Amino acid sequence: MSLGPYASFIVTSYLLVAAVVLLLIVWIIADYRRQQARLKEIEASGITRRSGRSAADVR
Amino acid sequence: MLAAATAILLAIGLYQSAMAPDDYQQGATVKIMFIHVPNAWLSMFVWSVMSVAALGTLVWRHPLADVAAKAAAPIGAAFTFLALVTGSLWGRPMWGTYWEWDARLTSVLILFLMYLGLMALWRAVEDPSRAARAAAVLTLVGAINIPIIKFSVDWWNTLHQPASVLRMGGSTLDKAFLWPLLVMAIAFSLLFITLHLAAMRNEILRRRVRSLQMMQASRVSFTSEAGAGPKEIGAA
Repeated sequence: MSLGPYASFIVTSYLLVAAVVLLLIVWIIADYRRQQARLKEIEASGITRRSGRSAADVR
Repeated sequence: MLAAATAILLAIGLYQSAMAPDDYQQGATVKIMFIHVPNAWLSMFVWSVMSVAALGTLVWRHPLADVAAKAAAPIGAAFTFLALVTGSLWGRPMWGTYWEWDARLTSVLILFLMYLGLMALWRAVEDPSRAARAAAVLTLVGAINIPIIKFSVDWWNTLHQPASVLRMGGSTLDKAFLWPLLVMAIAFSLLFITLHLAAMRNEILRRRVRSLQMMQASRVSFTSEAGAGPKEIGAA
């Protein structure tokens, strides 16, 4: 597969899309872990939900 | 399950894009279309989803509506950014310029700035219900830009080509390009749904953190007023 004289434009486009999508995925996973950690911290201090369910429970 | 389907479709789409023939005029740069067009479609689709959610916030006052809109904004901004940059990288070899202040490019840039503005608004207003209403109004006002983007290539002179897939009379694209494009469009749509659901879950957790912190703060003030020091709260 030859990409011709404009290969750098094509490769840069695909790499950029891959990088941004990867960044979005990593950010969302990191955010989830951060929120879970904060909820566990609050729960450990004795604050619980009125339903009695775990604060980190997302069902 | 959804993530697996997204990954499989993306792999198929990328393979088909790599195997697609060169265009007789554009050569191999036509391959940029397979990532540029899905991102451009999604940049508008995500704002449309947010507009429906904005109606949900203003009309039905459903709390999940604002969660959905807020979670979608950064993802929409990322798709719009990618549409702008990949379009620019496609434009340089084809048009001879990275950027032109014409109707299509400018209206998409405005869309990107609106995404950033909305994200800033959600961060700036501390009370979530006030932020939700303000963001919903701004989202609905911004929705005017969506048909402007779509029809800008018909209403004004522009370097950008007119619609060749979603148009009256059917697609003008050859099947060799149309199929990889459609597979990539479905794959990116699934990617959006997957990321959006995950981001919504995060937003629900963030709001739970906030309400529990407020409960914690009210206990501190209650026990302080009752004469106990805040240090005793941890044992409460």
